Amino acid sequence: MLAYSEVEKVEGDVGDFRVTVRKKARYVDEGKCTGCGACAEKCPTVVSDAYNMGFANAKAIYRYFAQGIPSTYTIDAKACRQLGQGKKCGVCARICQAGAIDHKQEDQILEMSVGAVILATGYELFDARRIPEYGYGRIPNVVTALEFERFLSASGPTDGHVYRPSDLKARNALPEMEKAVQKAARDLEKYEQRFSRTSDDFMAQFERESLEGDDYVKWAAQVKEHRSLAAGLAKAKEVVEKMHGAHRIAFIQCVGSRDIRFNRHCSVFCCMHAIKEAMIAREHDKEAEVYILGMDIRAVGKGSEEYRVRGAKEVGLRYIRTRVAEVTEEADRTPVIWYEDTKERIVKKIPLDLVVLSTGCEPSPATKPLAGLFGLEVNDFGFFKTKASSPVDTTRPGVFVCGCAQAPMDIPESVAQASSAAARAAQVLSGSEPMRLASCKEIG
Amino acid sequence: MSGTAGTNGNPKTSDVRIGVFICHCGSNIAGYLDCEALTRYAATLPGVVYARNNLYTCSEAGIGEIQKAIGEHKLTRVVVASCSPRTHQPLFKSACAQAGLNPYLFEMVNIRNQCSWVHMRERETGTQKAMDLVRMGVAKATFLEAQEDIISSLVRRALVIGGGVAGLSATEALADMGMEVFLVEKQAALGGLVKSLYRLAPSGESAADLVNGLIELVTSKPKVKVFLESEVTHVGGVVGNYEITIKDARGSESKELVGTIIVATGAVPFKPEGLFGYNGENVITLFELEERLAKGVVEAWNIVFIQCVGARNEQRGYCSRICCVTAAKNALYLKEQNPDAHINVLYRDIQTYGTENEKMLWDSKGKGVRYDVYDAKRPPVVRDGVVKFYQPLMGEARELPYDLVVLSTPLTPPADVPSLSRLMRIPVDQHNFFLEAHAKLRPLDFASDGIFLCGTARYPATVGEARAQGLGAASRSGTILFKDKLINSPLVAAIDDKTCVGCQGCLGVCPYSAIEYVAETGVCRVSTILCKGCGNCASTCPSSSVKLKGFTPKQMLSQIRAMAG
Repeated sequence: MLAYSEVEKVEGDVGDFRVTVRKKARYVDEGKCTGCGACAEKCPTVVSDAYNMGFANAKAIYRYFAQGIPSTYTIDAKACRQLGQGKKCGVCARICQAGAIDHKQEDQILEMSVGAVILATGYELFDARRIPEYGYGRIPNVVTALEFERFLSASGPTDGHVYRPSDLKARNALPEMEKAVQKAARDLEKYEQRFSRTSDDFMAQFERESLEGDDYVKWAAQVKEHRSLAAGLAKAKEVVEKMHGAHRIAFIQCVGSRDIRFNRHCSVFCCMHAIKEAMIAREHDKEAEVYILGMDIRAVGKGSEEYRVRGAKEVGLRYIRTRVAEVTEEADRTPVIWYEDTKERIVKKIPLDLVVLSTGCEPSPATKPLAGLFGLEVNDFGFFKTKASSPVDTTRPGVFVCGCAQAPMDIPESVAQASSAAARAAQVLSGSEPMRLASCKEIG
Repeated sequence: MSGTAGTNGNPKTSDVRIGVFICHCGSNIAGYLDCEALTRYAATLPGVVYARNNLYTCSEAGIGEIQKAIGEHKLTRVVVASCSPRTHQPLFKSACAQAGLNPYLFEMVNIRNQCSWVHMRERETGTQKAMDLVRMGVAKATFLEAQEDIISSLVRRALVIGGGVAGLSATEALADMGMEVFLVEKQAALGGLVKSLYRLAPSGESAADLVNGLIELVTSKPKVKVFLESEVTHVGGVVGNYEITIKDARGSESKELVGTIIVATGAVPFKPEGLFGYNGENVITLFELEERLAKGVVEAWNIVFIQCVGARNEQRGYCSRICCVTAAKNALYLKEQNPDAHINVLYRDIQTYGTENEKMLWDSKGKGVRYDVYDAKRPPVVRDGVVKFYQPLMGEARELPYDLVVLSTPLTPPADVPSLSRLMRIPVDQHNFFLEAHAKLRPLDFASDGIFLCGTARYPATVGEARAQGLGAASRSGTILFKDKLINSPLVAAIDDKTCVGCQGCLGVCPYSAIEYVAETGVCRVSTILCKGCGNCASTCPSSSVKLKGFTPKQMLSQIRAMAG
């Protein structure tokens, strides 16, 4: 298994492909690293945690997530003091008891001969910033479904509690704000000792009589600074004190899907993950009001429709048939969704604690370059082209595709397709190529 | 098939020479527990002749230490106190085996996930708990017995039940992998439902061409033996060696041996007798429309499709997945035949999931097909040449004159599903679709080893999906058939026939149907290949005649007594 690697060149044909792979430098020896994590604990460089969608921090030496395979750590070369910034550091190398850190490691170029190739390169999520009227990136309490998944996770950035991100931001900012107030207070103390009087007393006189002298002007400025910081802190504390779980949650469906401006296709999995996340949100908070707003609820998988019905009957999920027009924000950071209820023919709005965007499935950015490397066609939707009667055969014999690289699909469908692709590869490798070649050519 | 070996009763004290290895796991354990003290303590436990600690017991050096100690200290038991057996037990077991120690004389104690990680700020009590855990592990190890893996042979032959697109695809792939296949079809011809369909979306290829091509491909393969108008009447045996009986139309039976079974028994369209004025003439089902289209031009000017007929209701709570797609496809073909036809589709949610399916919705709308939503609480009424329905978007009742109404009815499981389910001891869901081992991760497997599932026997699927699943089931089947022999864990249940009274209480609690009652002897018997070692029977048996190897009362009680100190 070659993780952190990319295909660079493909030669040959079905039954005899020669593939060149770049195995990117991790700067950690896979054979030695035991995944203990001591390096990440001591690494001085803090970066945003991509796995937790930036809602938590990671280090410049990292493992994408705890159960990742292999469990080897990797140095983010750009962020690393030693590799990226030319500074002296090497803390990780000193702490590693296995001697696995290798700052001099280089990319490896590997060549391999294979008879068949399976592309399982997945998909990309739609960037919700492309729909400005939903406010993602501008309104803090609008999040994507994947961010919401991290909130729901017991090992996620909020330990499984669902809060408004604006409140979380305020809470996380408190320590820094407190430090700033304390520092300003210490600065005042110096003046107070020097002039043997309290700052309040001084300030009262300063404002009454407009005292002259540089020190007095500086002291007064310092007092104002302290007062403004303290007022800011008090306000932030008030917000944090009032902070409560996000009780009112709405899911907006088809964000970037079934939309003539972006992607015409349906992304298949979003209706079901919205229902699932809504159900889990209700498990966490029995009082939660949860809405799912979409044009059609596409519960077409095995057990899906029953799950949708259970959501309404047992936990009171509210499905609203609409396409949400806009999300606005009130002064207290409450997001408000605006929509037309198509069953009642009324334009309505709902104030909420949290808006979750069910972002759609797009072809992975790797699809086009890979199609070029392998000489494959992509379809009108940008996914690898196949045919209903040969669902995992690409337009080139011996190259197969499965999962969301072929089209959006849910987990069971992806798993079933993976097995199909394996079967097709086995057919080729078992020596039935002549027959297969014939049937592949039909497609082309 | 070889049996299992082992000794009964207490081992002689001199036979028990236990080595204990305490892992630091870098700082994962040693950072929170006193591993030195733990090692000194382990050395004092009864039976322990050697104890040491390592930075990483799983590293090459750590494994080397274990193997060296087995030789030098003549260890007869090895205990490793480290992480989770789920991840590392196989490594340590094989290390023991390489050093000549039976791998079932190895015991693992989890002092990381279950101790150091949960007691990070309680060094003293955490260390105390680790001592308790190690003492329990050592106590159990004392009574461990050597076991031999259960090895069985297999035949490289598969049975595929059902000759529709899923079954044909599975057969094709298996034959190409070099396996012999028996393909059993109930009907007089192969092809299943697809042979009656018109064209396939979105490419427009003829369904008949596809299915005839597949039939030709499959029947031309010398390794494939097709049984038409035949049924499987008996399934016995276990994975690798299923004994099956196939009965043909004339009643003649053939007994065969197969390694795996693929269930591709399909589904049938629901006939909506008494619903929406169904008459099979000008009110027909979606499937009947396909048959008419396949035969030629459908002459109708005003066509109304009604979706979810007999589906997503009290009787059939599921969405049949393919009917909206099929309606959109056929609306397009009807428009192709007669661009001036008025076509209305009345739906609840329009389920054209994915890329090409959604495109058909857009395209058909572009060709003038009208889609109107209806509320399940106010369903359309078909009467006197008019479909009446309530259009919530406009808030008004509307009437559509028709000369053809097409009712989109769900695919339903065939009537013989319950008997097939009993025959193969495989489960079904509440609707009688066959139930896979895991909804997400094992969609094509049954919980029973060696039996697989594909196509509409699992759930409604498009032709492309059924084909993908058929190929997939062949691949899953191949994971068994490509093996030289089957290796099963020996940690299975065994019934003492001297004490068993034949009450058959164990039969009911066994989730794998691994126990049978043998009438001649009056006692129950465990199939060691079917048994997964769950222990339900052992904890149920009123006469304590069932023992689960690796978890015998002696082993468990010694562990519990050690816990009490």
